[in-house]
Amino acid sequence: MINKRVASVTEALQGVRDEMTFMLGGFGLCGIPENSIAELVRLGIRDITCISNNAGVDDFGLGLLLRKRQIRKMISSYVGENDEFERQMLSGELEVELTPQGTLAEKCRAAQAGIPAFFTPAGYGTEVAEGKETREFEGKMYVMEEAFRADFSIVKAWKGDEAGNLIFKGTARNFNPCMCGAAKITVAEVEELVPAGELDPNQIHIPGIFVQRIFRGDHYEKRIEQRTVRKR
Amino acid sequence: MLDKDGIAKRIAKEVKDGYYVNLGIGIPTLVANYVPDGIDVEFQSENGVLGMGPFPYEGDEDADIINAGKQTITTLPGASFFDSAMSFAMIRGQHVHLTILGAMEVADNGDIANWKIPGKMVKGMGGAMDLVASAENIIVAMMHTNKAGESKLLKKCTLPLTGVNCVKKIVTNLAVLEIIDGGFRLLERAPGVSVEEIKQATEGRLVVEGDVPEMKL
Repeated sequence: MINKRVASVTEALQGVRDEMTFMLGGFGLCGIPENSIAELVRLGIRDITCISNNAGVDDFGLGLLLRKRQIRKMISSYVGENDEFERQMLSGELEVELTPQGTLAEKCRAAQAGIPAFFTPAGYGTEVAEGKETREFEGKMYVMEEAFRADFSIVKAWKGDEAGNLIFKGTARNFNPCMCGAAKITVAEVEELVPAGELDPNQIHIPGIFVQRIFRGDHYEKRIEQRTVRKR
Repeated sequence: MLDKDGIAKRIAKEVKDGYYVNLGIGIPTLVANYVPDGIDVEFQSENGVLGMGPFPYEGDEDADIINAGKQTITTLPGASFFDSAMSFAMIRGQHVHLTILGAMEVADNGDIANWKIPGKMVKGMGGAMDLVASAENIIVAMMHTNKAGESKLLKKCTLPLTGVNCVKKIVTNLAVLEIIDGGFRLLERAPGVSVEEIKQATEGRLVVEGDVPEMKL
């Protein structure tokens, strides 16, 4: 067993610097690496690029990094629900690259899988395809998209073991598995960290080979963005 | 004339037994309420769930189980969770049979615009571009005209496009229309709405053949 366990979030994020590119898992506030985001805020690194489906809300998730103006560029598919984001984007302080959600996921997966580029129909004929190579296959048009290149992937899983194997829960899975192994270093924070051998190998979602550092996160707030319920 | 629930009710009749369906935000979400008994369908949400159920009972919400609108949801027997890359493999790979989504504009060649208004805050396309570029069957649910009373069924979209030549059918508060070669073919009228009223509200090329029946809900 190759032990990936590190003692703390500080150790897990050793080597992060200004101007680096980060992939961060999560959909809205669901399945975001809360502990790592808090540490990035504490470290105060600046001019970073964040690849993440969304940009959090004003006072949680990536919104915390935005508030401290640590992010220079966001690569996302949807960035609503965040006033500070809007202000920085309109004032030109923040660069934003909007990418179709499936393309965003596949650009992560391609990086993970060693595929430099791929063709997708998403965005053909729209401004997303401007300046990109297009090609026809079987009578349908496709746009070439390139794999992401990132320094750190930071993901959140439900359970993990010392070997770096990960299991996700519910829709908190989202972009997290696609980002594992898609950057130079992958950091996984988990709610429950167990010794190797305790997780059933049949149930592993992401094998530890894709993860370099794993630690147990504390105090997950798991904020709900839209609490929708029905009466009993 | 139909209200939003009426549009959803009419679209629900397009949902066939055995379909996997992706519902967009807004009117499309209401369609789930009107699928008739005896029709087995599974709803997909692109953030990574198939077999979406109703909202949870108060107190049962789970922050780790949401839909693409970030709302807390439940799952039904047979449900599954998966990652975003697999979710869009289902969509791009045309394993999802039907996509129902809203639009700001549709052109009579099937172009759709629903993600960006220049000069206003741009929130992003989310999964809409992947969905419209891939789905075999796309139904647009929307009002026939905008708040200013202008037609949303146009010769050419004026807003930035989400996808080209992709819409198959449109259900509005006034009519059911399908996209045929270079036009909106009028299939049904909403209750109490005349062909003339639909013509007035449609800027793009409207094709009317014979008697157009009133929809049955």
